Amino acid sequence: MNVWLEKQRHLIDFTLASLARRKTKNIGLLLAYTVLVFVLASLALFTQALRSEASFVLAGSPEVILQRMVAGRHDLIPPGYIEKIGRIRGVQKQEGRLWGYYYDPVVNANYTFMARPADEVATGSIMVGATLARARGLAAGNVISFRSYSGKLFAFKVAAVLSPDSELLSADLVLLSEADFRAFFEYPAGHYTDIALSVANPQEVRKVAEKLSASLPDSRPILREEVLRTYQSVFDWREGIMLTVLAGAILAFAILSWEKASGLSAEEKREIGILKAIGWETSDVIRMKMWEGLLISLTAFLLGFIAAYVHVFYFGAAVFEPVLKGWAVLYPRFALVPTVDGLQIATLFFFTVFPYTAAVLVPIWRAAITDPDSVMRA
Amino acid sequence: MIELSQIKKAFNQGQPNEYWALNGIDLRLEAGKVTAFRGPSGSGKTTLLTLVGCLSRPTSGRVRFKGQDISGLPERFLTEIRRQSFGFIFQQFNLIKGLTAIENVILPGFPSGRPRAELMAAAEQILEQLKLSHRRMAKVEWLSGGEQQRVAIARALINNPEVIIADEPTANLDTALSREFMAILEGFTADGKTVLLTSHDPLVVESNAVHRVIGMRDGCLVDA
Amino acid sequence: MRRPSTLAFVLLALLGLIFVLIFAHSWRLTATEQSRLQANRALVTQLGLTDLALFSESRYTRHPSQADLHSALQDHPGAFDHFPTGSLLSPPAHLTATHERLAGKTTSSD
Repeated sequence: MNVWLEKQRHLIDFTLASLARRKTKNIGLLLAYTVLVFVLASLALFTQALRSEASFVLAGSPEVILQRMVAGRHDLIPPGYIEKIGRIRGVQKQEGRLWGYYYDPVVNANYTFMARPADEVATGSIMVGATLARARGLAAGNVISFRSYSGKLFAFKVAAVLSPDSELLSADLVLLSEADFRAFFEYPAGHYTDIALSVANPQEVRKVAEKLSASLPDSRPILREEVLRTYQSVFDWREGIMLTVLAGAILAFAILSWEKASGLSAEEKREIGILKAIGWETSDVIRMKMWEGLLISLTAFLLGFIAAYVHVFYFGAAVFEPVLKGWAVLYPRFALVPTVDGLQIATLFFFTVFPYTAAVLVPIWRAAITDPDSVMRA
Repeated sequence: MIELSQIKKAFNQGQPNEYWALNGIDLRLEAGKVTAFRGPSGSGKTTLLTLVGCLSRPTSGRVRFKGQDISGLPERFLTEIRRQSFGFIFQQFNLIKGLTAIENVILPGFPSGRPRAELMAAAEQILEQLKLSHRRMAKVEWLSGGEQQRVAIARALINNPEVIIADEPTANLDTALSREFMAILEGFTADGKTVLLTSHDPLVVESNAVHRVIGMRDGCLVDA
Repeated sequence: MRRPSTLAFVLLALLGLIFVLIFAHSWRLTATEQSRLQANRALVTQLGLTDLALFSESRYTRHPSQADLHSALQDHPGAFDHFPTGSLLSPPAHLTATHERLAGKTTSSD
């Protein structure tokens, strides 16, 4: 056993000394490989963490949101609609929600305005999300004016800034009283944006949705499970940008491996001949090359993964921010809870380490089995 | 110690450029002696050495080493015998560029799994005997011809083989270095090693260190 | 003379250790993280939120779960996205897949 171990160490010594001869090229190779793993691992970690967080927090979402559709488009809930729901069994609470969008030309940002009960927000006051507050330089006590769509200017006093810990949810929120909301948007009296329903028993939710569709044919119920499912498919590999990045990474990796596998130089062939002539067996040569592939790919994988972890959970996936931000002005500052999906990482490991090692071994196969005799003749 | 019976070796067999390098060689080589093969290029000297040293197999015929038939052995055993019993010094030296002298010397010891410390110690001792200690950490491509040859010799000795095989050892050396090489050869004999070599060089062939000279021409032995 | 393989082993062992530590680190939620998540969930319940405020470019990226068919798919399912983040989100499944249970029971389309 010791002899075998010592022999492997010898092989590793040789392969490292061999790699060190072309330090720049091989370090460049290692770096390229590491960057590849870094990008893929960052994506995997970020996606997993975001989905995980979304599942947890959005589990507090209303069980059913009822929207009204007119000609296939979302329309307002008219007066008397909520009463039509009547007393459907299982529904504990139903309340009309008032919310909408506001475009702020000062910073070219979109805000979400939401009406809240009087005990949360007083008339004339608003509560704003932390990202919004940063963008407009707001703190509790400041006054801010918004120009409504009808051209009138409304001034509000900022009662509080929502917690920065909740930026992922509240980045662009403006919470105001119902009276203010209706006045600002000139919302028709008695109308609501949609209806939120609470259902106690999770098994009952679908039944309730069915009954709602039956009694209100122009409604569209959105179930909480559908809300949660929306966020399970975020950053799905089938989506535009994800597919592009993945395809790019795979292509880069294929090129890297192809470069390795595309054959040996005369110098390399000669060296294998020399090794065989001085007493190395075919299996020794192959094993030595295998160590080369394994060491490089293992180092690249570990380095890339560790860098990705630090990148996603300590630097908030800063590399992806431009993509995630898109054309939006407000982008929440948030720290994701570190989660690692073992299966994803194992998949990444297998798809990076084994193909590369195989690619290193392919070209030397033929050289390794030739007679060392040819060396004498060189 | 080494017996060759009816050895024939062909290259590119069956193809239009088929070439018979050896045409029936019968030979017995004694242990502990220095045997030189002389002859014009193309006479098959190098081919003969490769066959004896287990670097390739004969097309037909048998090679016996210490009574054991080695021409029919599988690659694994052939390699082991080659590693343990034969040390090669190539005409072109064939050192691995980019590695230091001492790293080159210990290479043949790797497959055996001998501890590195042991190999290094053995290598340092050999290099000292060859007066090359001061250059052991130098990369081989920076060594002079004579120094490179001595590294090649050291490499051939690391596994303490019984037989040393050298192909045109003085072809790249001046007179002074050639004489030094012959002195080293005498050292081998003193250690009880068998030496086989090929040479054009009269300095080698006519030297006192050589016990037997065998002529070759066109793949056959010539009584000389 | 320093042995190359020793260096390699040390480096790999170090990296391997960090790798394992990462797994250990992410295994257990710290108390602060736990409380933050709970607070956020409570906020969601209190305000009745349905979406993360990640993509505030347009209505259907801001509230993807609430989007109607027309806003999510613009004029037709094959229409290009105007907004970069639209390519990070697919239209919610409940728009493109039918409610099998409710199929035939409603008189309006989803």
